[in-house]
Amino acid sequence: MEPVTSTSYIVLGVALFMLLNSAALAVYFERRIAAFIQNRVGPNRVGPLGLFQPLADVVKLLLKEDVTPTQGYRVIHTIAPVIPVFTALMTAAVIPFGEGLYVTDINTGVLYLLAITSLGVYGVTLAGWSSNSKYSLLGGLRAAAQMVSYELPLGMAIASCILFSQSLSVVDVANSQEFWWNIFRNPIGAVIFVVATFAEANRTPFDLVEAEQELVGGFHTEYSSMKFGMFFLAEYMHVMIGSMLITTFFFGSYHLPFAGYWLPEITGMWKVILDVSVFTAKTVFFAFVFIWVRWTIPRFKYNQVMKLGWKKMLPLSIANFMVLAVLIYAYYNFL
Amino acid sequence: MISYIFIFLAILAVASALAVVISRNTVNSALFLVLTMVALAGVYLLLQAQFVAVIQVIVYAGAIMVLFLFVIMLLNLDAEKSLFNKLRVKYFVAFIFGVAVLAQILYSMGTVSNMLPEISPQMAQIGTVEAIGDVLFKEYILPFHIVALLLTAAATGALLIAQHTINPVTEKND
Repeated sequence: MEPVTSTSYIVLGVALFMLLNSAALAVYFERRIAAFIQNRVGPNRVGPLGLFQPLADVVKLLLKEDVTPTQGYRVIHTIAPVIPVFTALMTAAVIPFGEGLYVTDINTGVLYLLAITSLGVYGVTLAGWSSNSKYSLLGGLRAAAQMVSYELPLGMAIASCILFSQSLSVVDVANSQEFWWNIFRNPIGAVIFVVATFAEANRTPFDLVEAEQELVGGFHTEYSSMKFGMFFLAEYMHVMIGSMLITTFFFGSYHLPFAGYWLPEITGMWKVILDVSVFTAKTVFFAFVFIWVRWTIPRFKYNQVMKLGWKKMLPLSIANFMVLAVLIYAYYNFL
Repeated sequence: MISYIFIFLAILAVASALAVVISRNTVNSALFLVLTMVALAGVYLLLQAQFVAVIQVIVYAGAIMVLFLFVIMLLNLDAEKSLFNKLRVKYFVAFIFGVAVLAQILYSMGTVSNMLPEISPQMAQIGTVEAIGDVLFKEYILPFHIVALLLTAAATGALLIAQHTINPVTEKND
């Protein structure tokens, strides 16, 4: 573990600030892009182009009455919405945004990411249970079961990336893609990872958690005011985090494609600007894909989700990992 | 600073472990158990055992306790309702602050300032993934495989028991 320097604090502050704001912007863009895809106009009244819409939404949420079900469990009902926000923010600690621009570089960074993801399950489960409503409970259990199932292919896909970087540090994973992005070396892993990320973020086509026809509002049926706002915020933060992880693990992080071959050596400020712009551009693109998919593809049935996770993606990801391991071993030892 | 964090984590672990036993609501017990696990992970982290700390969170707090919670929630083991109304947010906050204050008092008494052993760079190296992988897959490869076999056998056995159906009972009803 490296000592904590002032750079770490600056990066942490900027990253958290950007993450929180990007969630608000993602809400705005979701509504505008949804409108565009459905041939509507979308919110365009509040401020120029409707840009202040998220602000208005937050004010509205803050001013609403906060209701807790009388038969619910007050303490857990209050704590539950904080958990997903908390875990989403904790992820920012190990993601490199540019060369040398990371909060911390722990040598178990990848495992840390998986640990944080697995803690996020508590938020939805507890929210569902503490509301003391059958719709909430079913929604919460569905969400938890789905997240636990898709964590395994997600982990195996990340493991196949580690074969290339030879290290569990996220910074090393990013650096190992300077010449070849992981999507080119490990396409099956990339597909599995993207699908699993969608499932982890509970987004369409995996948004069974809030299938309105079956479950009213899912695990947040009984939530109102800012407690609901927290879940809403967490969902969009997970979209942003998901895009960052896809970028980091499979799309070269802050490297341009095949940058090692053609990009001349740049140093100083310009390098930082280039790195951060490349990373941000990719992240924004994948956030757009998240929204695009949501308004294009209908959701699965629940049994199909489970079948896909356990019977297709998990064996495929394990096989992919084994084949890649053998190939890499052969490459280093016999070629 | 480090021994202060250690005292905080240690008291948190012990207190929440006590709460697991004392609290009458099963879900609360399970959640306090999660808190214990996370506090223990923090203690491991102080000892520079990063790998063990992260694995502690993934396996215990992340996987096993979620399954525990599932079972408890679905069985709906309800405790007395009155207990729940008594437990409010302020008690939880008071618990956390109480732990912090107690830790500070213990710390300020001075005798506890150097509780943790000195961690040399050599010791810090042992906790890394590389070191553990080296030992696990070279020196202890045979025990590792035996444990793997045992775990597989246990999992298969659990599946067998779960899928074993008792025929006569259902046939009588037909």
